[in-house]
Amino acid sequence: MSTALDLSSRQAATRAAAPPALPENPRIARQRILPASAERRGIPRGIRRMAGPVLLVGIWHLLSVTGTLPAEVLAGPGTVLSSAAKLWGTGELPDAMVASLRRALSGLAIGGSIGVALAVFSGLFRLGEDLIDSTMQMLRTVPNVALIPLLIIWFGIGEEPKIALIALATAFPLYLNVYAGIRNVDQTLVEAGRTLGLSRAAMIRNVILPGALPNALVGLRYSLGISWLALVFGEQVNATEGIGYLMSNAREFFQTDVIVVCLVVYALLGLAVDFIVRLLEKVLLAWRPAFTGA
Amino acid sequence: MATGLHGRMSATQNAAVSVRGLTRRFGDRAVIDRLDLDIAPGEFVALIGASGCGKSTLLRILADLDHEIEGEVEVPVKRAVAFQAPRLMPWKKVWRNVVLGLPGLPDRRRAEAALAEVGLSHRANVWPKVLSGGEAQRASLARALVREPDLLLLDEPFGALDALTRIKAQELVGELWQRHNCAILLVTHDVEEALLLADRVLMMKDGVIAHEVRVDRPRPRAVEDAYLAELRARLLGWLGVGHGAMEDAA
Repeated sequence: MSTALDLSSRQAATRAAAPPALPENPRIARQRILPASAERRGIPRGIRRMAGPVLLVGIWHLLSVTGTLPAEVLAGPGTVLSSAAKLWGTGELPDAMVASLRRALSGLAIGGSIGVALAVFSGLFRLGEDLIDSTMQMLRTVPNVALIPLLIIWFGIGEEPKIALIALATAFPLYLNVYAGIRNVDQTLVEAGRTLGLSRAAMIRNVILPGALPNALVGLRYSLGISWLALVFGEQVNATEGIGYLMSNAREFFQTDVIVVCLVVYALLGLAVDFIVRLLEKVLLAWRPAFTGA
Repeated sequence: MATGLHGRMSATQNAAVSVRGLTRRFGDRAVIDRLDLDIAPGEFVALIGASGCGKSTLLRILADLDHEIEGEVEVPVKRAVAFQAPRLMPWKKVWRNVVLGLPGLPDRRRAEAALAEVGLSHRANVWPKVLSGGEAQRASLARALVREPDLLLLDEPFGALDALTRIKAQELVGELWQRHNCAILLVTHDVEEALLLADRVLMMKDGVIAHEVRVDRPRPRAVEDAYLAELRARLLGWLGVGHGAMEDAA
């Protein structure tokens, strides 16, 4: 008690003795906190993000016109653009796109439905799991592209091996994700469903499949990505139409401009399909809070 | 020998719930050990006990979610559960959640009537994820009551709510019980909540109903009631906390 008094009286003494502290204090280094709006001045973000690709094309163009990059190695952007327009005009490019898209989509339809069907069967039934899951887990380690020789022997060199390759490649991502989705459905919701008296069929329809849907859509995106990859490989095998055919023709004649056009088309088709899946997610997964705010 | 659940019939004819010699083991440990329990039709029973005493396990058994049991258990065919988490299907609008599992096509009018009872008609057509905690819990109550159960099982339904919302939800459950006249088993860790709502408070310990108090007080009840305060002290004593514990020891 007395020491506390002592201490406070001493503090009071020093405080009284010290001169007013403020002016003699060394200046504190300070920083102004800017409101977010102030930082957003300048070039809009969208334009800034475009700058990289535009710069790249600019350099590409510069190298082409100066002759540093010979047309045999890589055609300049101008040439690529004009040959794209020409290919579009003659109808070669649209035809090739339709042929390739048809292959990709029919392969995906076949492979996807097989993948989903197997996943639902092995996800819902113990018997299905025992029969299917270990087999699928084993087969998925085989690189699909390595199957091309076998597919050619089985299906010849027409459309079938190409579609079969795409179907094989797309079945696995969908299988794995739908299966995981079904198995990871929130057990507390399944229990709630049981207390509500849901029959097995009603449980599958109202709880398990909707619960697996987010994973299924992730699987769909993987499958679409892989279907494009499989398409590129498949179309290298004696194609008579499609983007791959355009490309291998161009290779014969060293038309690097056409090859670049085909690459760009592959990329754009991939982007378009991805956009569609995003849209699908927005509609089907509207119940997720992440999508209600938008 | 495991005995399944039967419909309400036989044995104790006029009871809503009758349990005889119920045992539930997890490994070697019997969490419920030859437990007996009767609940009369329309009776409001609260079940309290220290955490891990097996009260939620008992509720899960009565809800037909746990069959690894020995003994005899009879519950009404028409029963409903509201869990601590609302457990609404996030991909169904609130009103569809309410009527999920009812026979026939989803009946929106019926759902809305049930939601009106819990004061949620204005939220019928939203996704469950946008509901607040209290709203979701009320939707879960509406989903349980729309089934017109003879037995309503409540598993700490107010546990996750804030104090203010909890008081409102408790009042609501009291009102709904008087209107629907179903038997209720409320599992809770809140002694006050049990005393405010129940006809009978059971305390579970060592796998059986160790203590029981009857709460003879008209509703609505107030926590400040001296009679309830005395019961509360006694229950807390049995639970091993508060003044009651010291009196017991003395």
